Amino acid sequence: MRIQCPFCGLRDWSEFSSLGDANARRPDGDAPAADFFDAVYLRGNPAGPHEELWYHAFGCRGWLRVARDTRTHEIFAVDMCGEVAAS
Amino acid sequence: MRYSIFGLMRQALRGHRDWTPAWRDAAPKKQYEVIVVGGGGHGLATAHYLAKVHGISNVAVLEKGWIGSGNTGRNTTIIRSNYLLPGNLPFYELSMKLWEGLEQDLNYNAMVSQRGVLNLYHSDAQRDAYARRGNAMRMHGVDAELLDVAAVKRMVPFLDFDNARFPIRGGLLQRRGGTARHDAVVWGYARAASLRGVDIIQNCEVTGFIEEAGRIVGVSTTRGEIKATKIGLAVAGNTSRLANLAGLRMPIESHVLQAFVSEAIKPRIPGVVTFGAGHFYISQSDKGGLVFGGDVDGYNSYAQRGNLPMFEDVCESAMALMPSLGRIRVLRSWGGLMDMSMDGSPIIDFTPRAGLYLNAGWCYGGFKATPASGWCFAHLLARDEAHEVARAYRLDRFATGHLIDEKGQGAQPNLH
Repeated sequence: MRIQCPFCGLRDWSEFSSLGDANARRPDGDAPAADFFDAVYLRGNPAGPHEELWYHAFGCRGWLRVARDTRTHEIFAVDMCGEVAAS
Repeated sequence: MRYSIFGLMRQALRGHRDWTPAWRDAAPKKQYEVIVVGGGGHGLATAHYLAKVHGISNVAVLEKGWIGSGNTGRNTTIIRSNYLLPGNLPFYELSMKLWEGLEQDLNYNAMVSQRGVLNLYHSDAQRDAYARRGNAMRMHGVDAELLDVAAVKRMVPFLDFDNARFPIRGGLLQRRGGTARHDAVVWGYARAASLRGVDIIQNCEVTGFIEEAGRIVGVSTTRGEIKATKIGLAVAGNTSRLANLAGLRMPIESHVLQAFVSEAIKPRIPGVVTFGAGHFYISQSDKGGLVFGGDVDGYNSYAQRGNLPMFEDVCESAMALMPSLGRIRVLRSWGGLMDMSMDGSPIIDFTPRAGLYLNAGWCYGGFKATPASGWCFAHLLARDEAHEVARAYRLDRFATGHLIDEKGQGAQPNLH
């Protein structure tokens, strides 16, 4: 598997580290405990398209938001997290 | 047909013409008392113990492919009970005891071989951690021996003891641990369950759940609708997918774990040896191949194959431990889908949906757990109460904070 890093170009999977589901977001500090439980522990874990966070540890050290099929490892889109947040 | 040495001799004299199929390939009926979804080791063991221990034989085991085609056929066949935490130790020790009597119970040769599991340590700190684990095991009545380097050298002299970075200082040995023939475990449980009247239904994929009055009362499958009073999921690797069909989100991610087997060589490695400075474990099958593996690839995956960089990582550990392996050729590699739970420990519990029961989250530990998993899941299904050694394996432990995190990694499944 290779990931097209927007900054570094096409790089081998072994340069990256996966943090998993990109849609698990930390709730506001005053949110109920159930929301924190949901964010920390529950995952959709789909067989198919999956949005996830990858850290380019042995490259630009940027955080990437990757859309990937968990059955085929086909990658649909890769964005820098900072740019996703800014847009 | 009961298997015995005399039966084997009789068949040998007749040219092996009269063997009958070991179990019955059933067609689905409309209604069962219990449906177990998943025809792997855990599902079939559950069906066997439901019939044998609890007298419930109106049971169907639904398998989307052929039995044992999932993780039971994709592991490194290791059995052991060398855990640390009180939530885990009694459960895995029950499993070890069931392994010890399995072949007599099933009347099937599962090739259970208690050849020992040796975990190597490489530093003083690791020795202390292993001494602690060994003490925890002995306090729970599990055998454990802390070996110094001389004792390890007598057992496995071919290791790289004076490795510059990871010198071997000794090991923690569980002599009762070892290996079992994974396919035979499936076939043995299938045969024993089938003989007691359990229907084993292959090529029958569950595509949805049938709900009546707020209770799950059946499943829709590729072979029609089947109803049951109770439905148990034993589909590790695909738990989230099936739970989603019932409207549940799980504290689980599916990850791929690879394993490898080399060409067959003469007997070399006496038991199971694990490297303490990386994640690597190796044993030798009775056929002579070296069977070994390491970490999960580390990303969500439903592909039953892994990537080459992890293969390289495993081989680097192998070379650091046992340099002579460099001359061995690898024959095959395969990947299995792990139900990686958020604390690295399994779940055997009710679900929030009435009528639906869960057996999931086995991470790497599923094969060794097969007998106890079936034993405890059958207990839960039959009596609607958790078995005493599986009480900690609750689904709500993540919400209440009663985690069972052997490695202390936190809620990051790819690190367990």
